[in-house]
Amino acid sequence: MSAILTAYCDEISVAPGDTIRCMVNCEGASSFRAELQRIVCGDEYPGGPGYRADTIDIDLGGPFPARRQPVRPGSYAIVPVENLLELSDFSLTLWIWPTTPAKGRQALIAAGGLFLGLDGEGRPLVELSAAGQHFAVRGTRPLLERHWHLLAVSYNASRRELTFLHRPHRRYAAIADADAGVTRSVAGPWRLSAGPLTMAASLAESGAPAEHFNGKIEAPRLFSAALAPDALTAVAMAREGDLPREGLQAAWDFSQAIPSLRIHDVSGQERHGTLVNLPARAVTGFRWTGECQNWTERPDHYGAIHFHDDDLHDLGWSPSFALTIPAGLRSGVYAFRLWAGETEYFTPFAVRAPKGVRRSKAVFLMPTASYMAYANHRIGIDYSTTEIGMGRLVELNPTDVFKQEHPEYGLSCYENRNDGSGVVYSSRLRPILDMQPKQRLWLGGPPSGLWQFNADTHILAWLEHLGDAYDVVTDEDLHRDGPGALEGYRVLLTGTHPEYHSSAMLDAIEGFTQAGGRLMYLGGNGFYWRIAFHPEIPGAIELRRAEGGIRPWVAEPGEYYHSFTGEYGGLWRRQNRAPNRIAGVGMASQGFDISSPYVRREGSRDPRAAFIFAGVEGAVIGDHGLIGGGAAGMEVDRVDFLLGTPPHALVLASSERHTDCYMLAPEELGDPTPDILGTDNELVRADMVFFETPNGGAVFSVGSIAYAGSLWRDGYDTDIARITGNVLKRFLDPRPF
Amino acid sequence: MARFKIDPDDLAVAREFRRQPVGYHSKNLQAVLNLFRGGPVEGKWVLVCRKPWREWVLAQLPGKRGAPLVLHEDVVFTDWNEAEWNVFRRRWQEHTGRALTLPEEKR
Repeated sequence: MSAILTAYCDEISVAPGDTIRCMVNCEGASSFRAELQRIVCGDEYPGGPGYRADTIDIDLGGPFPARRQPVRPGSYAIVPVENLLELSDFSLTLWIWPTTPAKGRQALIAAGGLFLGLDGEGRPLVELSAAGQHFAVRGTRPLLERHWHLLAVSYNASRRELTFLHRPHRRYAAIADADAGVTRSVAGPWRLSAGPLTMAASLAESGAPAEHFNGKIEAPRLFSAALAPDALTAVAMAREGDLPREGLQAAWDFSQAIPSLRIHDVSGQERHGTLVNLPARAVTGFRWTGECQNWTERPDHYGAIHFHDDDLHDLGWSPSFALTIPAGLRSGVYAFRLWAGETEYFTPFAVRAPKGVRRSKAVFLMPTASYMAYANHRIGIDYSTTEIGMGRLVELNPTDVFKQEHPEYGLSCYENRNDGSGVVYSSRLRPILDMQPKQRLWLGGPPSGLWQFNADTHILAWLEHLGDAYDVVTDEDLHRDGPGALEGYRVLLTGTHPEYHSSAMLDAIEGFTQAGGRLMYLGGNGFYWRIAFHPEIPGAIELRRAEGGIRPWVAEPGEYYHSFTGEYGGLWRRQNRAPNRIAGVGMASQGFDISSPYVRREGSRDPRAAFIFAGVEGAVIGDHGLIGGGAAGMEVDRVDFLLGTPPHALVLASSERHTDCYMLAPEELGDPTPDILGTDNELVRADMVFFETPNGGAVFSVGSIAYAGSLWRDGYDTDIARITGNVLKRFLDPRPF
Repeated sequence: MARFKIDPDDLAVAREFRRQPVGYHSKNLQAVLNLFRGGPVEGKWVLVCRKPWREWVLAQLPGKRGAPLVLHEDVVFTDWNEAEWNVFRRRWQEHTGRALTLPEEKR
């Protein structure tokens, strides 16, 4: 058996002087080695430009001893031991909304000999255990999935009685699932002993979380008194201000500090806790009426946290080695190449130019937010309809097989969690298996079959071929530094699929083009979804698939606002910032079988566009390519003046025909009619556009993911390479447009 | 899930697919493909690549995260279009109850 190597870095972008740490998991080998490589072209297709990664002469140390590093998915809350106390009489109430009640034993609250959870059949279960004694009470029926339930338990030490209560929030005529207050005798005296309290998981003896709960929990409350059933119901229903203070030991209010990883105890006892692995916040609670959609306006309607047994944020692996970026290292896309025997793994990251130093006037924007949104996606594994959309058999590569067998490495924002809810957070503090050179992915059309990171190396390879120096920045730099990240650059080149942007990222790009900068948008379906980065939580993005757009899952009603920032989520086109405003084109259609050529349009003969087509004679351009056999394909964008394409934009060329795997994007389907497929509808197309921006700037957009795959054909002497080269040359020229 | 019912006597769509499994199709063939290429995830036919661009093994998705793929090690393809045709014929059998053999391909 060959070794398993997986790894990630703590940073995605570094500058000379910065230190980057690499965390490596190595199984099935005694050691592994590491080197630093500059990634130029990740495409190994024999008929393509050729794989190229240049090893940098830097000793990283090693060989390094192999070690297995743990992967522990599943979110939960923990209140540390020092915050808890021992209780004899006690009462505990909470609300839950289970999503997989019958999946197996699940913990809701576990602490000091108390377990409140669900048994293997989905019935509420209370267990008291101490000194070898064990006592359990079960609810009579399994809980209804995706319904709110009030659960309460109280223990009277002097009477040695345990009372359990379950009230469904919504009653059905033919379903008698309430437990109005079941009292049982407990054999011996029992105390809730001091220990960490966890929610949505218990802690195994090893300290590792176990028995993860899928679903929402709201308003857990703890009293040092044995309340009667009516009183239990009353305190569970009470709003915070009406809670009796006597005996109140903890009242966790999840509607507070929603953007944070903290849970607040509002009892005055300061029994605050911490969240692990990013459970979903800003989700509707049992009080949500539908009147309010924005958690910042009515946080009391958003008092729940949705936990999942496959949530994942930061694996927290131990660093295997570190590198301080030397002063002379040129900006570019780099990776640590790790290998053990025949097994290798790459951890890409950007090296930026030092502050205030610009080696080139051109900068490549590495779309790392989009890499994170797609991280470890399972679109070809989890969804049957994938094959219809790609128009050919799903081809699984070793990485896909590994992802199928190791789902613990976490999901992308394209999947549903194990309980069916959408994945709203993604993280790069875990191995992202797709984000490596040499990776092929069915989403990228034949023959090369590249997608995202590796497809973007087609652009790097072309830049390298031109001999043009270029610097690299990432989405995270753009988000953090704003316009400063682009200061000193004249030309910004995008990747093939820069789909996900925060508001700060869009501000920076739009500010750049409005101030005289030049944008080369060399991709498709860009600037589409709004995402949020967290101001403090590192390496994570949030996405709410609200309202419309191509949505592998649909945001729940009332959950359209980001928990990280309070910003409204969804498509930028619904927020007065359609991609057309920035790039001139916006998402039109997708299909993943074959690509098409562009046909030149009148705009390409306009004197303003003469520099673009210098040396290009044919009417048809890009009728070849490594991604689907044409320059226009996979995901394509078109002009729409009503959505914000500048009125003076020149439409240079358009694709004229696509297969029926392509259809209009759903946000175009106000009133669907049976003429929405690629062979039917002329709105299914890629448009290539050019327009000038204020202060001497300009934008050139191709509106196609496949475009970069057509730069090369037996060399870079192609119409697409000539057009792109003409644009880059003129865009680098300081003369204002 | 497709509502379309395939006509087991419509060998024209099979011939069209045989000629060009990937790319532009007639509406009739597209309807057949929408049926064939949908269905449940569990048991879905896929290809596992053994040698990039050169060799694939027939496999089926388990339909459950973490479960191993069902590999058919004895069904290996060195031509993508042959793999498409092989799976097309399997699905024809599954949906019509009849084996698909084009008369001109009979030996």
